[in-house]
Amino acid sequence: MAAALALQPEAGGFATIALSGRLDAYSVGPLWAEAHAALRANPRARVVVDCSRVDYCDGAGVALLVDLLRQARPAGAEVEVRGLAERFRKLLDQFDPKALAAGGPALAPRPPFLERVGRAGARLYDDLYALVAFLGEASAALAYAVRHPRGIRWGDALRIAEEAGVNALPIVALIGFLMGVILAFQSAVAMKPFGAELFVANLLSLALLRELGPLMTAILLAGRSGAAFAAEIGTMKVNQEVDALTTMGLDPVRFLVVTRVLAATAMTVPLVVFADLIGLIGGALVMLTFDIPLLAYYKQAVSFTQVGDFVGGLAKSVVFGLLIAGVGCLRGLQTETGAAAVGISATSAVVSGIVLIVFVDGIFAVLFFYLDI
Amino acid sequence: MNEPIIRVENLRTGFGDFVLHESVSFEVGKGEVFAILGGSGCGKTVLLKNMIGLYTPLAGRALIAGKDIARASATERLEILKRIGVMYQLGALFGSMTLAENIRLPLEEYTELPDEAMELVARMKLELVQLQGAEGLVPAEISGGMMKRAAIARAMALDPDIVFLDEPSGGLDPITSAELDQLILRLRESLGITFVVITHELPSIFTIADRCIMLDKEAKGIIAEGKPADLRDHSPNPRVRQFFNRKAEPEAVAA
Repeated sequence: MAAALALQPEAGGFATIALSGRLDAYSVGPLWAEAHAALRANPRARVVVDCSRVDYCDGAGVALLVDLLRQARPAGAEVEVRGLAERFRKLLDQFDPKALAAGGPALAPRPPFLERVGRAGARLYDDLYALVAFLGEASAALAYAVRHPRGIRWGDALRIAEEAGVNALPIVALIGFLMGVILAFQSAVAMKPFGAELFVANLLSLALLRELGPLMTAILLAGRSGAAFAAEIGTMKVNQEVDALTTMGLDPVRFLVVTRVLAATAMTVPLVVFADLIGLIGGALVMLTFDIPLLAYYKQAVSFTQVGDFVGGLAKSVVFGLLIAGVGCLRGLQTETGAAAVGISATSAVVSGIVLIVFVDGIFAVLFFYLDI
Repeated sequence: MNEPIIRVENLRTGFGDFVLHESVSFEVGKGEVFAILGGSGCGKTVLLKNMIGLYTPLAGRALIAGKDIARASATERLEILKRIGVMYQLGALFGSMTLAENIRLPLEEYTELPDEAMELVARMKLELVQLQGAEGLVPAEISGGMMKRAAIARAMALDPDIVFLDEPSGGLDPITSAELDQLILRLRESLGITFVVITHELPSIFTIADRCIMLDKEAKGIIAEGKPADLRDHSPNPRVRQFFNRKAEPEAVAA
């Protein structure tokens, strides 16, 4: 039988709210407001909640009764539950309505503006501190690994290199090719009025080798492997696997970070070379449609670019690889508990990775300018 | 035994070619507290997951209130799921939500309770498992035992007909564990809730379980069924008696 509520007006010193039927989580919802309205309609009179025709009353039904009982009422206008079957009475008696009256635990008030600024500043400081500390720790571990190459877990490193390097080839090829094609096509269209289509080869080779190849590969690496490192190490942190390593006397930085940083950095260079090459091939195909033969394109590109352009790009990519893998691992190790924290770490790894790439790329631009490379 | 609310018929469970249970059949009566026992690795949780439709049985079927959840249509399935509550071994609380929000989730999705009512129900459920005051904490901030209790509270959010508990008292202190037993018995008595409990706790088994089955890895199925006290004293199977009397494996060479 469906739940129902009937209000009988005040008589014999009290008003009666008669509940009947099945009170469960699905049926008491609509009754809730009605019951409160009935209480409010009798602010000064005693109210009896008559439950003698209730044939089922589970936790939600009991909650309704508790909610009525816990309302603050003037003396002489108390709420009383009558006629509730013994088996449901036991459920109701587990609770002290007055104790439940005092609202939920108060939410902490939003701190004032100045405090929030201060906290944000402190967080930023902590983050930078952690970054620098991690940099030192990771450098020390790397230096140790270089001196003791047998201590590196090469099996793990190879597995990571395959995942971060070999498996990234298709996406790097796709983006590299696309970039070569777009760059070549757009600049060829712009140069055609001057009859200077051949010089597209200069532009393309310089831009790809020096900037775009390393930059695009690094961003892809940050999205693929930086996030993967953060998620994997983060999950290990959540599952206490990192704690297990620590108590076995195995330094997590040496064990988890060194292998990843070495593997990812080693893979960045071939990936960048691959991206450069595919980009140039894409450009060459576009130039064919502008009647520039492959050989002319090749000669133009080779005669214009210098070894320094190529090597400079690769040097940059090594640093990018170090940063992306390092920050991915750092974010992983910083993971707090819970599934959501792993997501936050992965996101943060990608964002920090890209910010670092841009920042370092700027430094390299200045450096190369003064070194005249 | 009352009319059965769960009926498991010739259930074969496992993964691919790996069979964990050859053919398991049993019934759970309405309002019964039914325990699934067995040594580690005998597939108690796998059997449970087959019963609630998380795994598809290799053969046979598991009926909940006469409906086969593995073969039910989407709407039928939802109807069955609304009638059951499950507490997972590791809690499986949503890490991004507070305890109160964890309990409110099914209430928000399935009922028309007003906001204050859901708040009150959540607080009352937490109070039932002695977690009053912990409403605003997130799972990362509480201990393993609290996590279990909160998970039980969430399993009962909608006051389902059948509650499945996977090792509810593992990791709880003896007092909380005993209180949990009382809670189970009280809910069974007043609301007629059926409990299917996986547990190792002997005192708890003897206190709450009306009937139990015992699974075994080698036998790939049930090796004993009945009242716990009967099995302890009269089971013909020495392994079963050993389990109930908490005896170590006898020496290979008997004296």
